[in-house]
Amino acid sequence: MRDQVAAGERAIAAPARRARRARKGGTTTAPYLLLVPAALFLAIFFVWPMVQALLLSVRGEHGGFTTANFHRMTGDTYFWPAVRYTLLFIVVILPCQLALALAMALLLQADLKGKGFFLYIWAIPLAISDLASGIVWLAIFSPNGFLNSILHGLGLEENPFPFLTLEHPVSRFLCIVIAETWRATSLVMIILLAGIQVIPKDYAEAAEVFGATAWQRLRYVTLPLLRPSLQVALILRTLAAFQVFAIILALVGRTVPVLAEEAYNWSAVLTNNYIAAAYAVVILVVSIAVTIVYLRALRVRDEQQGL
Amino acid sequence: MAEINIQTVRKTFIGSKQPAVNDIDLTVANSEFMVLLGPSGCGKTTLLRMIAGLEYPDSGSILIGGRDVTDLPPRSRGIAMVFQSYAVFPHMTVYDNIAFGLRMHHASKSEISRKVERAADLLQLTPYLKRFSAQLSGGQRQRVAVARAIVMEPSVLLMDEPLSNLDALLRLNFRSELKKLVQEIKTTTIYVTHDQVEALSLGDRIAVMRDGEIVQCGTPMEIYSNPATEFIGGFIGNPPMNFLHGLLQRQNGRARVTVGDHVLEAPTTLAAHDGATVIVGIRAENIQAALQSVPDALAARAEVIEPVGSHMLITAVVGDQRVKVLTRADFPVETNGSLWLQPEWDKLRWFDPETHREIAAK
Ligand SMILES: Nc1ncnc2c1ncn2[C@@H]1O[C@H](COP(=O)(O)OP(=O)(O)O)[C@@H](O)[C@H]1O
Ligand SMILES: [Mg+2]
Repeated sequence: MRDQVAAGERAIAAPARRARRARKGGTTTAPYLLLVPAALFLAIFFVWPMVQALLLSVRGEHGGFTTANFHRMTGDTYFWPAVRYTLLFIVVILPCQLALALAMALLLQADLKGKGFFLYIWAIPLAISDLASGIVWLAIFSPNGFLNSILHGLGLEENPFPFLTLEHPVSRFLCIVIAETWRATSLVMIILLAGIQVIPKDYAEAAEVFGATAWQRLRYVTLPLLRPSLQVALILRTLAAFQVFAIILALVGRTVPVLAEEAYNWSAVLTNNYIAAAYAVVILVVSIAVTIVYLRALRVRDEQQGL
Repeated sequence: MAEINIQTVRKTFIGSKQPAVNDIDLTVANSEFMVLLGPSGCGKTTLLRMIAGLEYPDSGSILIGGRDVTDLPPRSRGIAMVFQSYAVFPHMTVYDNIAFGLRMHHASKSEISRKVERAADLLQLTPYLKRFSAQLSGGQRQRVAVARAIVMEPSVLLMDEPLSNLDALLRLNFRSELKKLVQEIKTTTIYVTHDQVEALSLGDRIAVMRDGEIVQCGTPMEIYSNPATEFIGGFIGNPPMNFLHGLLQRQNGRARVTVGDHVLEAPTTLAAHDGATVIVGIRAENIQAALQSVPDALAARAEVIEPVGSHMLITAVVGDQRVKVLTRADFPVETNGSLWLQPEWDKLRWFDPETHREIAAK
């Protein structure tokens, strides 16, 4: 599943390469020679497994090409719920993450006391694996977990509330959203903070002098100048969101199916690599499509670059 | 158009012991072009930013047009500013950059386009209105920054070293253009620079700053010919003012200063400083040089001779002190040749070597 991340990274690098080519005008062999090691590395460790997965997904168990794997995949009871949940999580979590991360980055950028402290605290989730954070949140949300203890201690709840059970789909969904937002917002924050820090303060000050309110400065100056960072953050997060499963597995198991979880399940539990490969191909295709959409929608024209 | 009153404004940045701006008082008249001149780090930008509202003073107050704006945000002060870095928004076209302030103040579309076109015309930017900042030269970007400011028809125009990022020729051209422009729009202007030539050529008045204080404020000619301190005399003018150390003595009620082997007549009011060392200041162009001995002149040796086109710049040695002298371009002096220097007596200035301030000569 690493393949998609690699695809994303290459897609991100594309505008920069285009800009450089446009500026230089000429062609020399040196840049291509320098690209060879990286290209070889990608070819052996990413492209080749990707091709193998592709081939696997269209192979029958008895050889020959077939679409049977895809038919079996889409016919599976878990497939469409997995698609739905995966997209639902992206649609709900991503805006939350962006808004939160932006707020956090802007707060860190403002000259506030103790901002170094907050940076460290907010960066902690970066260091924790998704499975580990899933287990942490399980300890919070489970019937005898921290949250229920606190609610009980405050006298708000008589009996422990089963946040994660099938009978409470909304609370179960929200718990996953909270856990995943907590886990992955720091990365977005770091990317946006780095982006904000390279924007010279003069722009915001000029906007202020010329009459922009704080909100207008954000809307008309900071956000447009932050577009390259927003693009990177969006692409990385969306691609990662298609692959999320450890945290969900830890919290609720397969009762909330997502695509990556199904791929894992078919491969590890049901030992059917053909169907698992079909899932991987679906994830890959959707990831590439989304990346292309982002790159187009958020494109920064060359002449508008250069702070 | 408005008068600016700066009243004992002070600002000390966190973590620094010296105040960046130290109890400054300054009044800029309506429509006046005031230059803040001083070496780098003397607090010019800090003072300007406090007037703009981008920095908040520790104490003191700032009035624009009689209104106390100390606690107002920049957008409510009726100011516009040209930043040293230009700060032309890279994601907007030239048109949108110039229109930015008007849009933020909710001007109507027709008003915006009329004003933007006029400002663009004034600054010769009309052909570039659709371009982005990255597609402009440094000089054009500079014009955009100025157009963006004047289009606001501000009551106060603030400029922070607007020419410092341009190359020499562009700077010279734009300097005169800027002067013409500001004279036309008659906006009260505060212009920050560390370049004394710019200050002398642009300012109605110059406020010379040093270490967070204004050491002298006056017209360019006043500051040039009557520097209040040794520092100003040395900072303004090219070449800087000459300073010679001498011993002051009272003789028959008159004051005389011995410089090397020579005696200079000093104003009688200096007689009170009998026995003190004083510094004599004289500008290079106020010294007459002769190749033959002249009575009362200082004997000197021409150490370095530099033709500077319109003039000849001679570095002469008087005793153990050096003096710069400007002569005609065709003055027939030879390196290490003898010279007799005759300062114009009424152009002599007297400074106290302890305080470096001018000794009252009146
Ligand atoms: N944001 C700041 N934080 C701390 N010190 C500052 C800041 N801005 C300026 N200073 C200090 O204040 C003094 C005056 O700076 P400035 O006003 O920029 O000088 P100038 O514009 O005359 O070169 C300098 O010593 C500078 O180092
Ligand atoms: Mg400065």
